[in-house]
Amino acid sequence: MISIRNIVKQYADHRALDNVSIEIDLGKVFGLLGPNGAGKTSLIRIINQITAPDSGEILFNGEKLGEEHISRIGYLPEERGLYKKMEIGEQILYFAQLKGLSRKDATTRAKYWFQKMEIGGWWNKKVEDLSKGMQQKVQFVSTVLHEPELLILDEPFSGFDPVNAELIKNEILELNKKGATIIFSTHRMESVEELCDSIALLNLSHKILDGKVKNIRNNYRTGTYVLKYDGDAMAASATQPFSILSDIEMDGGRELTLRINTGSKVNDVLHYMLPIATIHGLEEIVPTMNEIFIQTVSKAH
Amino acid sequence: MHKIWLIIQREYLSRVKKKSFLIMTFLAPVLFIGMFGLIGYLVAKQNDLGDKKTIEVVDESGMFTNKLRNGSNIEYSYSKDTYAAAKAAFAKSNYSYLLYVPASLSGVQLYSEKKASALTIQNIETELSDIAQTSRLLTAGIDTAVLAKARKPITLEARQITEAGEKDAQTYVAYAIGFISAMLIYMSLLIYGSQVMRGVIEEKVSRVVEVIISSVKPFQLMMGKIIGIGMVGLTQFILWIVLSLILSTVAGTALMHNSTPPMAAQVAHVQGASPHAAAVAASQTPDGAMAKIMQSVESIPVTYTICCFLFYFLFGYMLYSAVFALVGSAVDNETETQQFMLPITLPLIFTFVISMNFVINNPDSSLSVWLSMIPFTSPIAMMIRIPFGVPAWQLALSALFLILGFLFTTWVASRIYRVGILMYGKKASYKEIVKWFRYKE
Repeated sequence: MISIRNIVKQYADHRALDNVSIEIDLGKVFGLLGPNGAGKTSLIRIINQITAPDSGEILFNGEKLGEEHISRIGYLPEERGLYKKMEIGEQILYFAQLKGLSRKDATTRAKYWFQKMEIGGWWNKKVEDLSKGMQQKVQFVSTVLHEPELLILDEPFSGFDPVNAELIKNEILELNKKGATIIFSTHRMESVEELCDSIALLNLSHKILDGKVKNIRNNYRTGTYVLKYDGDAMAASATQPFSILSDIEMDGGRELTLRINTGSKVNDVLHYMLPIATIHGLEEIVPTMNEIFIQTVSKAH
Repeated sequence: MHKIWLIIQREYLSRVKKKSFLIMTFLAPVLFIGMFGLIGYLVAKQNDLGDKKTIEVVDESGMFTNKLRNGSNIEYSYSKDTYAAAKAAFAKSNYSYLLYVPASLSGVQLYSEKKASALTIQNIETELSDIAQTSRLLTAGIDTAVLAKARKPITLEARQITEAGEKDAQTYVAYAIGFISAMLIYMSLLIYGSQVMRGVIEEKVSRVVEVIISSVKPFQLMMGKIIGIGMVGLTQFILWIVLSLILSTVAGTALMHNSTPPMAAQVAHVQGASPHAAAVAASQTPDGAMAKIMQSVESIPVTYTICCFLFYFLFGYMLYSAVFALVGSAVDNETETQQFMLPITLPLIFTFVISMNFVINNPDSSLSVWLSMIPFTSPIAMMIRIPFGVPAWQLALSALFLILGFLFTTWVASRIYRVGILMYGKKASYKEIVKWFRYKE
């Protein structure tokens, strides 16, 4: 859907993006991650054609990204903004028309979305009379009204209460199900794991990690397991196929956190443990995206 | 093109629909006329508005006793005391001034506790000189009747003579029109220009700009805003012009009805006798004077003047508002605009002051011609010159320069604007702005 190829963006005294290449597949939810100042906003602005790269190119469905693609992209910036003194209905229609929708089509769709987002009665209200959450809903509607094939959402859940965040999340997933590709920029790693198929991690103007979320997490597995058992505390021994990270008394039993030695398997652990303890459970600790994020970024520094 | 039109529409409608637009359109002229009326009234009445001043006169010459005319706030009273006695008692007396005229008339003195005002000194001097002159002439044996005749003032009638023929110069009408149109242009450049600036700041502060420029080019947004607000200004001016044409027609008709006999005589004069005689006849009666003004107003090429005015307003506005937009894009809030406002307001104020004081009195001097050519000064300077008559080639050249100036300023402004609107929380300096200008897209 989107091929970002060798993008370089130079500002007077610093390079915001240095030879960044990313592939985003059609119909997927793609997470664009990175600490503040990594270059996420610069990249998003380039995809939105707000600014142009110094070198490199972007392909939209195989075509070179150009003006004709503007109406096929929907953008929700991190810093939300609406005209404070303008009635929200009128405002939605204005944004939709700027994206190339006819006034009539825009009105029909806006009415539908207002109903759906439970803001139907607010059509003639000015933005300044609305609550923050309500403004966010209006902004979201204006982003999706022209049914973009590519949705770029920068921190879409900030400013929403948990109920409305859930509502927005479901809308995003529904749009994705209908075929929209979604680029999703966020710091909230739990939502990355929940929503994203693939991610790219930017740090200090470079892409330092990308791929499918599942694969990345697999790659970062360390062979760490938690074993719940009844019995005496484990003592380290040379014959163990694992090393003990911790072993603590839990209500009614013990919990052993272990790391399997290279060359050994989970079954070896069980073989070793079965004769000496009653096993209640065994679970692998796969690193969360949050841990991977922190680990990768701090390693890069 | 379609998108820029949408932006123009929004900028225009969101302002015209406001109640304040209607109120300003109809109230501003009333306030203005009221303000000028009040200033005129106060200036005319400055003699009456001051406190009453009593002047004790010690007249050793005897020439002035009981002859000085009391003004509306000056009252003379004549003292029988000697100069020395009056002077000694003055500090304790209730008089504001003590006027001493020695027998020789040289060394006339005016004493007062506080400093005497220039106006008072002038009034008394005129009064004394008048009386002294008359009395000297009378002493020389000149008859009062001859004197009265000799004193009759001469009024000058300025006329223009060109290849096309002869006509009234109507300098005062040209003066008034030049003054009013330059004033209007000056104010509207500032008012609508800063509206553009505020609009840009509003979009930047509310961050709405990021959403919009993901749909349109920054240049389109800037031009749409400038044109939209310019159309608001144009609407306002056209409403004012239509309104004042209606009012003056109504007033003219009313005047015609009220003063039928003199007007009829006047018309007869104009048609029959020479225009010179008509003008003399006209200046003799107050109604005639009014008619003369009406007549001169009718003789101005109204359409030509209005067209020039609208042209210079529109392009002058677009030139300046591009710079205003630049400033708006460089700052984060309105208070930060101060440091950048000076380079905009300075040429405006300079032109305005020099136009009102120099160009209006010397419309054809080379400085005036230069000022009416430079794009940043021409909207005001040229509008002052137009009622006095400007050669067509100068008008064409000035218009061309203004259009070129507008294109250039817009180009520069848009390069800075496109970067500035996305710069949040960065303190803009002139150096920074030059850097933005050099950014590639």
